[in-house]
Amino acid sequence: MNLKPGSRWKSSVCTAEVVVVKPPKGEVSLECGGASMVALSEQKPEGLAVDPAHASGVQTGKRYFDEETGIEVLGSKPGAGSLAVNGRPLQLREAKALPASD
Amino acid sequence: MHTSLLLEMGAEAFPERVAIGTLENGVTYAGLLERARGAAGWFNTQHLDTVVFIGLNGPALSAAVFGSALAGKPFAPLNYRLSDPDLRKLLARTAPSVAIVDDDMIERVRGVEGVTLLSRTDFAAACRHVDYQTAELAEVDPDIAVLLFTSGTTGEPKAAVLRHRHLTSYVISTVEFMGAGEEEAALVSVPPYHIASISAVLTGVYSGRRAVYLPSFTPETWVDVAAFEKVTHAMVVPTMLGRILEVLEKRNERLPHLRALSYGGGRMPQPTIEHALKLLPQVEFVNAYGLTETSSTISVLGPEDHRMAITSDDPAVRRRLGSVGKPLPSLEVEIRGPEGEKLGPGQAGEVYVRGEQVAGEYLHRKAIQDDGWFPTNDAGWLDEEGYLYLEGRLDDVIVRGGENISPGEIEDVLRGHPGVADVAVLGVPDDRWGERVAAVVAPREPAPSVEELSEWVRARLRSTKTPETWEFRPELPYNETGKLLRRVLKQELAEAASRPRSD
Repeated sequence: MNLKPGSRWKSSVCTAEVVVVKPPKGEVSLECGGASMVALSEQKPEGLAVDPAHASGVQTGKRYFDEETGIEVLGSKPGAGSLAVNGRPLQLREAKALPASD
Repeated sequence: MHTSLLLEMGAEAFPERVAIGTLENGVTYAGLLERARGAAGWFNTQHLDTVVFIGLNGPALSAAVFGSALAGKPFAPLNYRLSDPDLRKLLARTAPSVAIVDDDMIERVRGVEGVTLLSRTDFAAACRHVDYQTAELAEVDPDIAVLLFTSGTTGEPKAAVLRHRHLTSYVISTVEFMGAGEEEAALVSVPPYHIASISAVLTGVYSGRRAVYLPSFTPETWVDVAAFEKVTHAMVVPTMLGRILEVLEKRNERLPHLRALSYGGGRMPQPTIEHALKLLPQVEFVNAYGLTETSSTISVLGPEDHRMAITSDDPAVRRRLGSVGKPLPSLEVEIRGPEGEKLGPGQAGEVYVRGEQVAGEYLHRKAIQDDGWFPTNDAGWLDEEGYLYLEGRLDDVIVRGGENISPGEIEDVLRGHPGVADVAVLGVPDDRWGERVAAVVAPREPAPSVEELSEWVRARLRSTKTPETWEFRPELPYNETGKLLRRVLKQELAEAASRPRSD
């Protein structure tokens, strides 16, 4: 998977979509709902369902990251599956609220 | 990541929410995305490298910013306050381009080679045209999002380059997606060619805060619109705030809906912000420091900092009101000396910044270093707690006998004198000290004497910071964007100093 910054991916098993904010170090598999995600422009594989072990959901506007590989993605469409790399669940980045300045 | 995705996410999640304008007649997220698609569809029928915008603030600005992004073309808002020849010269540099121009400005820019003009009225029609809205949009790689011509006080304006990745990284690292309440509204009054206006378009749609545009700033209309539209948030530059406060006092208006006021883009005189804090106790004040080259804000003095500073008896806490707060957690700030060495707390040098929102690039020239650090050309220092204090542009710092003296600090003190309407402090060549401190004062009647002003500064600062050369003028020279022409003044004073004295 070429997970370069700005690249967009969709879930194979639900409606979730993400955009890569920070690329991972090295080759990883980005998954949603327990199945590999596919590039936004590609066809989804058929007949797959959300794995109950990876079903805590993706939310629009939330950032998810993996400490070990450094990957960080932003949810751009919500879905039922949750994100993982190489089977390891991504963590939610708790953003520190900043006062509006523009 | 594309800036247009920021709008698409909002339109997908909250299509019916109002993005721009009044709650009753505003443009919804879905409506704004449709218009941006219409704009992009029309741009794609043209031969262009750049989308130019010459005009006042308004909903068309958002449609043009996102439309350019969807079409994969850089968006370049130009300063309509420039003289006609300067504006045309700048416009010629953007060719081949399409320029969206306010109807009453179009005659000023007609006939520039390689530039297709589109009046604002015709642009609005193209945005609403269903054929353009539904035209197929090719996938484009995110590259340059915005070109901003910096209003330098000397030489040709430089085109600062902001790429999609810089702007989106700024937005997603500082703003919570749809974090604003439905009742929140931001009043945008900075002109479209200012970085704060571009970032307001982007952070506005991402935060879900409705944007209300003030096409052209006067303090009276700002207060009128803020009151009528129940505005909760606004960003102003320091000179605007002083004038707004005068109107509020005169009308005995306190804007009960206003919750947050951020300011930046120049040095805030201490008396003005202290006055504002007293006059509007319900408002949270935010001082934001940023540059065009850094995609807007890089450090913030928040509401709690303001409250602590104004109520504190500790001079080290109280002086923070004159700082620009702490760097954003998503980036790094360092102070460096003339040899590039990192300096410690309390030591003044050049402000360096590194982070994903930092572009530090001009067309045909990179100013950012290979390791990602960008020298801002601003002089400043960090205190023990990490608060950043600015001393003005690096070139403006006065070096007197090896001591670095900040003009801003002396100007602040002089502005506090009732007989001073405006003042500029600068260094002039001096045989003994290298440079000496000079002050050019625009006095109020009755004009104060040199002795009186010298004593005023000496009592508040120290003798080395007391100007040794004084000049009085009816007014100071500014360029069309309101920046003081320091170099012009400096040159005039230097020439005057080198002439043999007649007495």
